[in-house]
Amino acid sequence: MNRRLSLFNVTSLVIGFAFLYLPILLLVIYSFNASRLVTVWGGFSTQWYGALFRNQALMEAAWVTLRIALLSATLATILGTLAALALTRYGRFPGRTLFTGMVYAPMVMPEVITGLSLLLFFVAVDLDRGFWTITLAHTTLTMCFVTVVVQSRLMTFDRSLEEAAMDLGAPPLRTFFSVTLPLIAPSIVAGFLLALTLSMDDLVIASFNAGPGATTLPIKIYSQVRLGLSPEVNAASTILIGIVTLGVIAATLLSKRSAMRKAH
Amino acid sequence: MTERPFARRLMTGLVPAVPYLWLGVFFLVPFLIVLKISLSDPAVAQPPYKPVFDWSDIAGFFSGLDFENFELLTQDDLYLRATLSSVRIAAISTVLLLLVGFPIAYGMARAPERYRSLLVALVILPFWTSFLIRIYAWVAILKPEGLLTQALMGLGLITEPLDILNTETAVYIGIVYAYLPFMVLPLYATLEKMDDTLLEAALDLGSPPWRSFWTITVPLAMPGIVAGSLLCFIPAVGEFVIPDLLGGSETLMIGRQLWSEFFSNRDWPLASAVAILLLIILVVPIVIYRDVEARRVEARP
Repeated sequence: MNRRLSLFNVTSLVIGFAFLYLPILLLVIYSFNASRLVTVWGGFSTQWYGALFRNQALMEAAWVTLRIALLSATLATILGTLAALALTRYGRFPGRTLFTGMVYAPMVMPEVITGLSLLLFFVAVDLDRGFWTITLAHTTLTMCFVTVVVQSRLMTFDRSLEEAAMDLGAPPLRTFFSVTLPLIAPSIVAGFLLALTLSMDDLVIASFNAGPGATTLPIKIYSQVRLGLSPEVNAASTILIGIVTLGVIAATLLSKRSAMRKAH
Repeated sequence: MTERPFARRLMTGLVPAVPYLWLGVFFLVPFLIVLKISLSDPAVAQPPYKPVFDWSDIAGFFSGLDFENFELLTQDDLYLRATLSSVRIAAISTVLLLLVGFPIAYGMARAPERYRSLLVALVILPFWTSFLIRIYAWVAILKPEGLLTQALMGLGLITEPLDILNTETAVYIGIVYAYLPFMVLPLYATLEKMDDTLLEAALDLGSPPWRSFWTITVPLAMPGIVAGSLLCFIPAVGEFVIPDLLGGSETLMIGRQLWSEFFSNRDWPLASAVAILLLIILVVPIVIYRDVEARRVEARP
C-alpha cells in the first residue's frame, strides 16, 4: 500500500511518544540524583540503589511480590488455557453464557469492586488474609486475561492439523500435547507474562486482600509515595522498568527468531 | 461422537468444569456476598458486619435484609456528588483520550509497513511498566516546584510556579497518560485496515481533506472509537490510584469513596453498597462493551 507520512503525522507521532516516554525517562534520570530532593539535580550518584538494597522491608515486599506473581501466573495460565479451550472447542455447553460473562466481567470491573468482593468472600469462609488470599485473588483476575490471549490464537488455528493427527490414530490427549499445545505455546507464554506483570503491578486488589504477613511491593511503594516523594522509590522503579524492558526485548527477539525459523 | 469410555468423557468434561468452578467460587460467590452484605447492618465486631449465611433460618435471612445502606447513599449527597463527578471526569478524560490518541493512531497507521510493528511495541511498552510508577512519575513533574514549572520558568513562559498537582487537571493528565495505549491500539487496529482508495477517490472528486476525514475516516474508524472509548471510560469511572495520588482531597470519585469507606471508616456494609452502586452505573457500558467485543470477534476472519 502506498502510504505517505505527512508532516502532521510525524509531528503527532513525535509528540505522542515524547508524552509516553518523557515521564518514565525523567524518573530514571532522577533515580541517579545525589540530592535528597526529588526534583533538584545535585549530581550523579548511585547512593539510592545502595539504600534500596539495604531497605529490609522493601526487599522483603519485593520477594513476596515475586513469589505471588510466579504462583498466580502459573495457576492462571493453566486455568485460562482450559477456559480458552472450553470457549473455542466445546460449542454450546450448559451455562456457556454465564461462563463467558464471568470470563469478561473481571477484566472490565473496577478493581475496587473485585478487591472488596474477594476480601468479603475470604472473610466469610474464614481464610486468613495474607500470601494465599492475594495469590487466589490474582489468579482469578489474571486467568481472564490469559483466556482472551489464548482464545484469540485458538480461533485462528488450523483445525486440519489436529484432524490429520486424529486420522492417523492419535488419541485426543496425545493430539493435544503433540499438536495443539506446541502450536498455541507462544500465546500461552504471552498470557503467562501478561499475568505475571499484572500481578506484580496490582495495588488495589492486593491492598484489600493483604494481611499482616504479606505486603507486596506496590503496597509498600504506595504507602511511601503518600508520605512524599522518595529517591529510593525512584531507584526501585528504575529497576522494575529495566527488568520489564529487558523482558520485552527478549520476548521480541524470541518471537522474531521463531518467525524467521518458520520462514525457512 | 459415539460411545466413549467413561474415563475419557470425564477428562474432556474437566476442561470446561475446572475454570468454570474456579470462577464460580472466586468471582460469582464473592459478588453475591457483596450483595448480601450491602443489605446488612454494620456491627461493631470482627468482622464488622453481621453473619452472612445462616442456613437454619432462611426466613430470617430474608427478613434480615434491609436497604438502610442504600437509603444512606441517597440521603447523604456526598455519594451522589461522587458518582456524578466520577462519570464527568471519566467522560471528559475519554474525550481527551480520543483527541490525543487519534492523531497518534492515525500516524501509526500511515507509517511505512516495516515500522508499524515497532510503533505498536512502543505504545505497549509503557503499559508493561507499573501503573503506580507511571502515575508516581507525574507527581514529580506536576509539583509546584516540580519539573514542569522549572522547565516553563526556564523558558521564560511563566513567572509563577504552576499549581497543577492536587487539582482535577492533574487527574485528567494522569488518566490520559495511563490509559493512552487502551485508546490508541483499538483505533490503530481499525485505521490500519482502512482502504486508502476511498480517500483518494474523495480527493479526486474534489473533497477537501477535513471533509473526507469527517465523512470517510471517522465513520470507518467508528468500531475502534467505540471500543477505545469504552475501554477507557469503564475503568476510569472506578479509578482509585490516579485521583488519590494526583487529585488531592477535593477530587471526589466513587472508587476512592469506596476505598475510604472501607479502609478509613471501616464500614464494610456501606462500602459494599457503594460497590453495588458503582456496578449499577457501569452495567450499561459493560453490556455495550461486551456487545461490541462479541461483534468484533465474530467479524474477525
